[in-house]
Amino acid sequence: MDRIENLDCLLNKQKELEHTMDIRKANHDNTEYRELLICGGTGCVSSQSLKLLENLNEEIRNHGLENSARASITGCFGFCEKGPIVKVFPEDVFYVGVQPEDASNIVNTHLVQGRRVERLLYEEPTLKKKVQTQHEMEFYKKQERIALRNCGLINPELIEEYIANRGYEALGRCLLEMSPKDVIHIIKTAGLRGRGGGGFPTGLKWEYASKQKSDVKYVVCNADEGDPGAFMDRSILEGDPHSVIEAMIINGYAIGANKGFVYIRAEYPLAIKRLKNALRQARTAGLLGQDIMNSGFSFDIDIKYGAGAFVCGEETALIHSIEGGRGEPTTKPPFPAESGLWGKPTSVNNVETFSNVPAIIINGASWYNKFGSHTSKGTKVFALAGKINNVGLVEVPMGITLREIIYDIGGGIKDGKKLKAVQTGGPSGGCITADQLDVEIDYESLYSIGSMMGSGGMIVIDEDNCIVDIAKFYLEFTVEESCGKCTPCRVGNKRLYEMLTKITEGKGTEEDLETMRNLAETIKLTSLCGLGQTAPNPVLSTMKYFHEEYLAHVRDKKCPAGVCQALLKYHISEDKCIGCTKCARVCPVSCISGKVKEVHIIDQDICIKCGACFEACPVNAISKG
Amino acid sequence: MGMISVNINGKMVQVPEGTTILEAAKLVNVKIPTLCHLDLHDIKMVNKAASCRVCVVEVEGRKTLAPACATPVFEGMVVKTDTKKSVKARRTVVELLLSDHPKDCLVCEKNLECELQALAAEMGLRHMKYEGELSEFPKDDSSFSIVRDMTKCIMCRRCETMCNEVQTVHVLSGLGRGFDTVVGTAFNLPMFETTCTFCGQCLAVCPTAALAEVNNVPKVWDAINDEKKYVVVQTAPAVRVALGEEFGMEPGTVVTGKMVAALRSIGFDKVFDTDFAADLTIMEEASEFVHRLKHGGKLPILTSCCPGWVKFFEHQFSDMLDIPSSCKSPHEMFGSVAKTYLAEKLGVKPENMTVVSVMPCVAKKYEAARPELGHGGTKDVDIVITTRELARMINEAGISFNHLEDEEFDNPLGESTGASVIFGATGGVIEAALRTAYEWLTEETLENVEFEALRGIEGTKEATININGEDINIAVTHGLGNARNLLERIRRGEAQYHAIEIMACPGGCIGGGGQPYHHGDLEILEKRIAGIYSEDRAKTIRKSHENPMIKKIYEEYLGEPYGEKAHELLHTYYVPRIKM
Repeated sequence: MDRIENLDCLLNKQKELEHTMDIRKANHDNTEYRELLICGGTGCVSSQSLKLLENLNEEIRNHGLENSARASITGCFGFCEKGPIVKVFPEDVFYVGVQPEDASNIVNTHLVQGRRVERLLYEEPTLKKKVQTQHEMEFYKKQERIALRNCGLINPELIEEYIANRGYEALGRCLLEMSPKDVIHIIKTAGLRGRGGGGFPTGLKWEYASKQKSDVKYVVCNADEGDPGAFMDRSILEGDPHSVIEAMIINGYAIGANKGFVYIRAEYPLAIKRLKNALRQARTAGLLGQDIMNSGFSFDIDIKYGAGAFVCGEETALIHSIEGGRGEPTTKPPFPAESGLWGKPTSVNNVETFSNVPAIIINGASWYNKFGSHTSKGTKVFALAGKINNVGLVEVPMGITLREIIYDIGGGIKDGKKLKAVQTGGPSGGCITADQLDVEIDYESLYSIGSMMGSGGMIVIDEDNCIVDIAKFYLEFTVEESCGKCTPCRVGNKRLYEMLTKITEGKGTEEDLETMRNLAETIKLTSLCGLGQTAPNPVLSTMKYFHEEYLAHVRDKKCPAGVCQALLKYHISEDKCIGCTKCARVCPVSCISGKVKEVHIIDQDICIKCGACFEACPVNAISKG
Repeated sequence: MGMISVNINGKMVQVPEGTTILEAAKLVNVKIPTLCHLDLHDIKMVNKAASCRVCVVEVEGRKTLAPACATPVFEGMVVKTDTKKSVKARRTVVELLLSDHPKDCLVCEKNLECELQALAAEMGLRHMKYEGELSEFPKDDSSFSIVRDMTKCIMCRRCETMCNEVQTVHVLSGLGRGFDTVVGTAFNLPMFETTCTFCGQCLAVCPTAALAEVNNVPKVWDAINDEKKYVVVQTAPAVRVALGEEFGMEPGTVVTGKMVAALRSIGFDKVFDTDFAADLTIMEEASEFVHRLKHGGKLPILTSCCPGWVKFFEHQFSDMLDIPSSCKSPHEMFGSVAKTYLAEKLGVKPENMTVVSVMPCVAKKYEAARPELGHGGTKDVDIVITTRELARMINEAGISFNHLEDEEFDNPLGESTGASVIFGATGGVIEAALRTAYEWLTEETLENVEFEALRGIEGTKEATININGEDINIAVTHGLGNARNLLERIRRGEAQYHAIEIMACPGGCIGGGGQPYHHGDLEILEKRIAGIYSEDRAKTIRKSHENPMIKKIYEEYLGEPYGEKAHELLHTYYVPRIKM
């Protein structure tokens, strides 16, 4: 693309390209031309979506449809469990689970004959009915896509498509029509808050950095997404890298920085590739680098790779990692906005936060204010996972209830099981119980019930999960990911983990519960950084809401969910046993005795609770509990 | 700088902006326990890791507790250090540290010197509240100087700050994650294979016994108890002004006479003074300097008494190996003449003589093992012990140190001058050398022997001395970070000096890694320095070349200073070593 010299030039370019979006935005079928967008996110790519794309284009060529159909990649649709996804425009048809060999079927049936490939349409699990268009899908009905606005709409590898969709217009307006103060004002009044977990008001952060007097300042994009199960930042970078670049430049302009760094984990190769490609395109178009759009403002961006340490999502640790040091947090104050990268004022913002920025600049603060709750404006992307029907990424307005997310968007609990709890905020968050489903989700409400927004992980737990085991699972993660610098996190969380282990092994006491609670509280109070301060949350919240289940473990030595092996007992029912000897034969430690056609008995002292007998019994004579 | 009002436990205090809660609390006599914190401002070592969390306090309006050592105060700040919440939290933190610490205090290297032990006592802990897995790390006893037992590491990071920021050696860094996090070397290399200079400043600041010296006491007892061995001991200048501290005396108390008596009582066959060898060093070094000056030799000349500094130089400035003096360090010179001149005089075979050095230094242990420092198959020095180890031996021997009558060193290697005594303080070696070089070059008597500009704890000192109408530029630096800066300036051609004294340890040898622990009180170093200079002033002879025993050894044995025999016995060479 030629260098874009000024705002008019950009707007002209936008006009010139706008029509390429017509079909995708039209939602009608009175056209002969069709566009097929195939998800090019990591999940779908690993399920061969790129091979599928190749096959589709080949079929299109074979059928001589080059002039009436085109297939290309796009960013994540969010409906990841059902990938690879193919969306057909303009009819808004949404095919799921599409394999490379389905290409001919789609081309033959859909493009040639004009009929839908019924078997590839999504079936609503509650209604057992195929859904004809994306808009009719429950999964999308309550979603509001701002951060993910371009994912599933544009080809992330083409800057032209980004510009066609008003890309870089916000940047142009900021640089050429607004003062840095104006920019900060609009972000402040929009009420945008950090989406990385802390929820600190972005505008305030920018303002603080802008007020610092320094020859050099930096902008850092925190793309060190580390919460297990969360992948919204990756999806944004893969599906809409330009939005992050654009926002970083705007951030630079607002605070007076000319250099930015994207700190991204090396485990995100596709995001890195797309980002590099986007940076190259932006530079060529004069939208990044020296004298952007002849505004006199220069800004450039480098990529720094992280080695996949969870703690490097903490901004001071991230900064030290960029500096080439050990990724280890340092005490605040000083805050990065005051003294960050190489001691210079630094504005660190998360990917999702950034991706909201251009939309806010273009549409205005009051538009953004319309979404969300009183204290938390806009939308939030959640990664829905666990025992839920629709696993994937969802972007919803803040203030939505958990019930809406789980039952309306998520399609309810898998296999009709009962919901037990929802873990939000990943390992730093806490468990929310089924009683709290109607809490309107925002930063404050989640905090008040002992959880947190975090980066937006949302794991659904059903009746088959043991709550102690869940707490242990999360704590194990933070124990391993602790940088080991401060005592409470390094030793305290380890001790907490050991106590949980003791409980799941049936060796815990009621006194242990008290010790754990006290220790957990102290760890929260005394740890150096957010990782340590939040690590006990899963323990504390489960202890609070599932006290009975903990008691069952320590007092009755029972695991009600039947998960904790050491607490399980296998028992052969005298009434049901037919003496077939199958159980005795599969037992790896030969602890089952009994003659043929006589009742068998398990020696509990020897039994290792492997469950082999339970599986082997042909008459369900063996019970566990 | 503006003043700020802070309320600490209800007491108002005015402090300058940038003051920490800990500093402000001190002003109103509020004691907050600390562990990782160490502020040695004068030598630019401020450990602000805030990692132990032992000093956490309540700050009104803050959700979490704040580390007092690293939290700056703000106007109107309300701090509470004595609430149940903060006291309990601090206690829990110490209990957690104990839960991952070996419980071998009774036989620990740092028993009664351990800051964690002291803290637990101060908090009145009476049982181990938390139990669980203990960290396991293999002990690193690969070097001759330092033993690393990381099971005792509490991650205070003081050693790292010292090694990286003060000494700029960069051997130590945090490694690993989670419970397995530890301070270690790159690639977990054994210390002996790293660029460690063995200065021992890391162990001087280690609050526990995670870092300790190699214990050579048993070897010394073995030698003393070996009928066949003739065991001679020498003591460095800095030992006599610090040893008393181990017996409850005021830092800087000069205990030379008691020390000699104790050594004799321990059973050494001869008790000599490294100071004698320091005078010998001056003879050689001043000669070398005069030689280089007169014959257009390489300048500046760098002193080479400090083994930590020599190793640092070999690693970091291997392109400049021709500028340090080729003189062996004083205790090595001593060993060399002891096993030749003295052995001949006494009729003892060199191989039957054991030379023990009592040094303020742990690097000397490594130095003694350098293969080139020996003669005809025997090492110049056989065993090195530190001031601390000597104190242990004195205690072990049941000697009531404080009640000893002063005794004199043996001769001929016990006679010394004021010039040699000041070797123990930063600036002393070059001052001693100037006292001699000045008189040699000018052939005049130097009346005022005290070069004030070269004294004191300041990082780098400079002076210009006019000798025969020529300005001689002198620099003195101590601490390897300061030394690195100076050397880099010389390498870039930005600094023009004729002679430079460099000591690895802040303060010089009186602050050596083998001295009694200062526990963060740098005034102790100043007092030791004062002790050194008082000993100098008490001496009637204050110039090395006037030492009658020195004159005698050159007449009887060595010949000319800087001559052939002297070269053979008293000089050495350096080897380039890897940079990292």
